Amino acid sequence: MAHPVASTSTTPAPERTQSRLALGRLARRPESASFLGMVAVLLFFGLFGGSGFMSTAGTASWLNIASEIGIIALPIGLLMIAGELDISVGAIIPAASLTAAIISGYYGLPDWLGITAALGLGLAVGLLNGLFVTRTTIPSLIITIGTMFGTMGLTLGLTVKIAGSTGVSLVPDPFTKAILGDYLGGMFQVTILWWVVFVVALFWLLHISPIGNWIYALGGDKESARNVGIPTKRLTIGLFMLSGFSAAFVGVSEVMVYQSAQVLAGQSFIFNSIMCVVIGGVLLTGGFGSIVGIVFGTITFSIVNQGIYFTSLDPNVGSVIIGALLLIAVLTNDTFRRLALSYSSKKGGQS
Amino acid sequence: MNDKPAILELRNVNKSFGPIDVLHDISLRVRAGEVLCLLGDNGAGKSTLIKTLAGVHKPTSGEILMDGQPVTFSGPSDAQGRGIATVHQFGGTFPLMSIGRSFFVGVEPTKGWGPFRIYDRKRANEIAVKAVRDFGITRIDDGDRLVGGLSGGERQSLAIARAVYFGARVLILDEPTAALGVKQASHVLRIVNEAKRRGLAVVFITHQVMHAMTVGDHFAVLIRGAIAADFRRGEKSREEITDLMAGGETMADLEAQVEGYMETHQGHPPPAKVLEGPAAQ
Repeated sequence: MAHPVASTSTTPAPERTQSRLALGRLARRPESASFLGMVAVLLFFGLFGGSGFMSTAGTASWLNIASEIGIIALPIGLLMIAGELDISVGAIIPAASLTAAIISGYYGLPDWLGITAALGLGLAVGLLNGLFVTRTTIPSLIITIGTMFGTMGLTLGLTVKIAGSTGVSLVPDPFTKAILGDYLGGMFQVTILWWVVFVVALFWLLHISPIGNWIYALGGDKESARNVGIPTKRLTIGLFMLSGFSAAFVGVSEVMVYQSAQVLAGQSFIFNSIMCVVIGGVLLTGGFGSIVGIVFGTITFSIVNQGIYFTSLDPNVGSVIIGALLLIAVLTNDTFRRLALSYSSKKGGQS
Repeated sequence: MNDKPAILELRNVNKSFGPIDVLHDISLRVRAGEVLCLLGDNGAGKSTLIKTLAGVHKPTSGEILMDGQPVTFSGPSDAQGRGIATVHQFGGTFPLMSIGRSFFVGVEPTKGWGPFRIYDRKRANEIAVKAVRDFGITRIDDGDRLVGGLSGGERQSLAIARAVYFGARVLILDEPTAALGVKQASHVLRIVNEAKRRGLAVVFITHQVMHAMTVGDHFAVLIRGAIAADFRRGEKSREEITDLMAGGETMADLEAQVEGYMETHQGHPPPAKVLEGPAAQ
């Protein structure tokens, strides 16, 4: 199929005015709206959050939250761009935490063994999700709800059976603590650096490597994607394993930071990660979105989540702001997407 | 043109799904630089025939020949590999992807090596834009534009240009003008002519007789899975073709039937069922 690429410069595109170019480029970027949202939220809490929000401690409080949600939101975003959902991350996080805590804490085996087993567990649940999704016609939402409950039940049952309680503690050795569970400058979780690693790796995957194109195509039109020879099944399974792995990674780093694992931790991550992704401009039905947008969405969400404590507002009603933010974000993103589409078909004599 | 060998030929092809016979004894040939119009009403077996040509279905009996040699397609990708490209009604493209990305989807141009190969956006955009512009769609000048922002005709053109770029010799167009306005449809017909001029064999499926007559060299009318008529350009008038597609019943017959019904039913027009008659079974 590879076609020789000969002279490509014989039909130069006509020059267009700079402003038209810039406007179109901007409207086409999935992250444009979420960038505006992030700036608005920063300004709001910068003004009303007082010096507390702008302080190092204030910044750390939302960055720590953002890093954990962010690591999960990224692969969830990739899955959503590919047209799938993954709810099971909410159960993988505590399952991975407890796997590591039981192996390395309860049984006292080396840390690396517990970590490997925990990450392996995440990959295994992801593989299971992927196999179910590609081999049946059941929507991934339903399948991953099923595997979430399955994982949750097994985690609870096995933990109580082995450890005799719903919480297990673990004291990581200094090396593990340093790379996974430490605080930089006394308040910034080392997880923030891991988040940066995930962002760089997945940015490369989605926007630079050719596989990114396959992910967009898969979410745009699965049938056509298969017809052009994209290994859609392997790609889907791979993406589910990636989200399982990332959730397990967060589970492991949580147990290293807090030095204990609880059966019921992790539920909040399900909705929160989906919200970060949607605020970040990813289309729920697939085919559209970007890594930078997901990062903006995560930051926006975390700032609202934590910033509320620095204002004079009642923290108990914080969820109202988050709910409103989500709706505003979806509306803005829709507007921008329409703009991106209509912009390009708009023609005039100005070219 | 008759002396040129056919690129793609069907000989006495039958296709049945279990006990249901869908195609009966179909023989067709399409040559390089020729447009074969396949006309037929809904349910006439057009899509089964297309899918047989595109390698999705295997004929129950009969044979498919390419360049005079019998071939068996193991699947759609095999047929594609042999140069048979199908372009569907909506272009089969991805509305929220850029022109460059969707043009090369699955066969992305890359630079770099090994695991560090990266998608070459600039080159993809340049090639895609050039390929479409060469087909006369000069309004496309920016490969970063989203496909969803193109008009229906431009999307079809993009899909056809893509097929040609990737070495298609036989172009199967499945109702490319069905969902388009008059102006857009004429764009697509121009593209079909251009493909023909470049020596491609085109199979043009439609139920719009006017569009078929504009570009067709050779016509085949499909009724209930069999070829009811097979003729060359200029041999039949538009009315004759329309009548053929309606299953041999002329419009005059239909009108008489309606009037007869109204007389016996206090002036009510008949429900659609009554009119269909045996032809639609």
